[in-house]
Amino acid sequence: MKTIIGLEIHVQLSTATKLFCGCSTDYRDDEPNTHCCPICLGLPGALPRINRKAVEYGLRVAKALGMTVPEESEFARKNYFYPDLPKAYQITQYDKPLAVKGAVEIEDDEGHEKIVRITRVHLEEDPGRLVHVAGGSKYSLVDYNRSGIPLLEIVTEPDMRSPQEARRFLNKLRAILEYLGVFDGEREGGLRVDANISLEGSERVEVKNISSYKGVEKALTFEVTRQKNLLRRGQKVTRETRHFMEGRGITTSARGKEEEHDYRYFPEPDLRPLRVSDWVAAIELPELPTARKNRFMAQYGISPNHARTLTGDPKLADFYEHVASVDSVLAATWVADTLLGELNYRDMGIAAVPADRFMELLALIRAETITDKAGVQVLREMLDACAAGKPCEPPGVIVEREGLARATGDEFTQVVEKVVAANPQAVEDYRAGKKGALNFLVGQVMKETRGRADPRELGRIVSEFIDTGGV
Amino acid sequence: MAGTLEFSPDDRYNAFITTCRQAPFADGPLAGTAVAVKDNISTAGIQTTCGSRILEGYIPPYDAYVVELLRSSGAAIVGKTNMDEFGMGSTTETSAFGPTRNPVDPGRVPGGSSGGSAAAVAAGLVPMALGTDTGGSIRCPAAFCGIAGLKPTYGRVSRYGLIAYANSLEQIGPMARTVEDVSRLMSVIARYDPRDSTMLDRPYDHRPSAEIKGLRVGIPEEYFGEGVDPRVGESVRDAIGVLEGLGAKTVPVSIPGMRHALAAYYVICTSEASSNLARFDGVRYGPAVDTRKSWHEAYQDLRLEKFGTEVRRRIMLGTFALSAGYAGRYYAKAQIARRNIREDFERAFREVDVIAGPTMPTVAFRLGEKSDPLSMYLSDILTVPANLAGIPAISVPCGKVDGLPVGLQIMGRQFEDERVVDAAYAYEQEVRA
Repeated sequence: MKTIIGLEIHVQLSTATKLFCGCSTDYRDDEPNTHCCPICLGLPGALPRINRKAVEYGLRVAKALGMTVPEESEFARKNYFYPDLPKAYQITQYDKPLAVKGAVEIEDDEGHEKIVRITRVHLEEDPGRLVHVAGGSKYSLVDYNRSGIPLLEIVTEPDMRSPQEARRFLNKLRAILEYLGVFDGEREGGLRVDANISLEGSERVEVKNISSYKGVEKALTFEVTRQKNLLRRGQKVTRETRHFMEGRGITTSARGKEEEHDYRYFPEPDLRPLRVSDWVAAIELPELPTARKNRFMAQYGISPNHARTLTGDPKLADFYEHVASVDSVLAATWVADTLLGELNYRDMGIAAVPADRFMELLALIRAETITDKAGVQVLREMLDACAAGKPCEPPGVIVEREGLARATGDEFTQVVEKVVAANPQAVEDYRAGKKGALNFLVGQVMKETRGRADPRELGRIVSEFIDTGGV
Repeated sequence: MAGTLEFSPDDRYNAFITTCRQAPFADGPLAGTAVAVKDNISTAGIQTTCGSRILEGYIPPYDAYVVELLRSSGAAIVGKTNMDEFGMGSTTETSAFGPTRNPVDPGRVPGGSSGGSAAAVAAGLVPMALGTDTGGSIRCPAAFCGIAGLKPTYGRVSRYGLIAYANSLEQIGPMARTVEDVSRLMSVIARYDPRDSTMLDRPYDHRPSAEIKGLRVGIPEEYFGEGVDPRVGESVRDAIGVLEGLGAKTVPVSIPGMRHALAAYYVICTSEASSNLARFDGVRYGPAVDTRKSWHEAYQDLRLEKFGTEVRRRIMLGTFALSAGYAGRYYAKAQIARRNIREDFERAFREVDVIAGPTMPTVAFRLGEKSDPLSMYLSDILTVPANLAGIPAISVPCGKVDGLPVGLQIMGRQFEDERVVDAAYAYEQEVRA
């Protein structure tokens, strides 16, 4: 049964000021209602004035997605009452969006390239935010710091065939937006998704307001299962709007409320139509993720998988290019496989990693001064220091202090001797042809040397030691 | 010289909602001149109600751009004038603060919705005032009270700080006893303001000239037809005769789109109003909502209690006109009718320089006379076309019928406010002399 998925993505554009006024958009950690003025508070008499930069950002996206920018686009009012919406209408675009018809290339579940068509992109303002005071208070508070933040709504055709594909599409879209410098992917709530999902031949369900990348895949996976189960039981899927409960990983029916809305759209009389199609030619696009991925493979000789991972985030790609001079293939492995995992574990961004220190670490590994295993230990020490806001020691100093240099010569022989002597049963088993016994002995040596020996080399040495009758 | 103006008027006609006893003023061309401001124009520190209970006690934290301009020109803002609630009326009777009376005859309405501004000027309390005109709200009270008033070209005066009733139609404009003062006030307020995106940078810097020789004056048959009091028509024809005497030539013109003008106007203004007035929910300003109720119920109760009947009627009409399934039949059609009227005027203005006719079909009504909303709406028939077309239109007193003033309306091409001012000035100078 074919799964059909289309997405509506709202991204906050990273302009310095709001969409229709001069208030700063950088309200993180600031007191509620401190980034407000008569315009974004919707005070009587205040008028919106379009932020040129926001339009330009929207056009950048349009150009990057290969879209058509009509000669004229228009703002419209979407009318509805809600306490976070100070004018009781949202200024958005309705039947004349900023740009139409584009495409994003992704990989399908079989790893083949495919196109997700983009229907339209349009500009609109973010509403404020309701704050529900803990402790069962009888009222809610409203914070208008977010009110008027520029959003770009990106609408796709129903071209995705699985929740995983939807996730890959979002990752790709996010990368493009970050490359364009119009979106800060680390900003909380910077991206919100409404997903339309149906099983072929069945009714469509809209899941509203999913606020994380993971959430999209989770919500859609839940929906696929739910809808399949309904059909299996001989029931029908109802056309409806559902909400995703992030914490519980499930969707629940919005009970038809949303469908009853009649937004009474009409052209915003306080703004003139936008005539910006001739701005597009002057926009210079940076190298985009696909082009950069191809260049990485050609220039650095790295695998397609590494290249895709490394180019998925422009800051990561920049970091890689900085450290690749040590050894581009070694660097790719260490950045894409090791560093990313350690960063995710610590919930850290690449920006926090001192590139020079990381290069020193790569040099130590490349020179075989330390083993991979010791390298990971050093990296963890470095990242823990960074995460704690402490200065990052040079990896050489960490190796020295922790005694992590690769074990060699006498020290090495002594440890092997000690382990072999302490485990006569294992030695006997090995001689009797039990392969597992060798692994056990190697493991014991590793433990004794705290990872300072290369396990493959060690296997050879231990077996030689026993075979040549060291005991 | 900067200073403070003492202002304690005998407001027997209820022209003001708020008066400022001590009105400071700065240096400038209007230094020390008392100016009254309609109560839908935001004034920092002075209550601004739109004539509505829903904004009672609302003190804006900022000045409308025209108020900034007034202050910097030296004007002393002496008070906020009464008006039909949110501008929705032609009599000033829908104000939550009681009706304003016509100084010419206190048993009559002053017209509306800028009735307070017109009465304040007509009663001699102030030499000039600001009004706003969405469908005739400056010109109607100017005509009824026997003063002059200009609705500027749409986009000539900043709407920043004007509490919106129908954004695509309305303009702030000057009202005064004489056309000369109208022109003076216009040159203060018509300054470019980038905060109003619907403005063009076309400042008004003009001294009126009475020289109108060769001016081609269009006379639209629709302005003298059914519903127009023949005696009013006669006064206006006499006034046009005066213009001819000054060297103007009259040319018959036609605005056939006027058939649909009122319907189009009421669909558009109520549609926009239904959206504009939705923000008055008692959450951020004005009388507060009852937080013990659910937000939905609290909004509903507050809006029912604080909005007057006419405002609620227009919100309902506009909400209906924009609703799914009806917007095509009403809102979209109204836009077509509006375009037709604009084109009619454009066509007419290829033949003539200005168009003249009565401002109002009758003289001022008696208080309470227009209790039926439809008959009140019908009285706007001669003023709404200029709003639909976005063109400048002035009303200047031209005689009396039964002792009540009649207004001569002169309309012009877009951004030719100077020309309508000159034509009105020429008439005024001639009849005064």
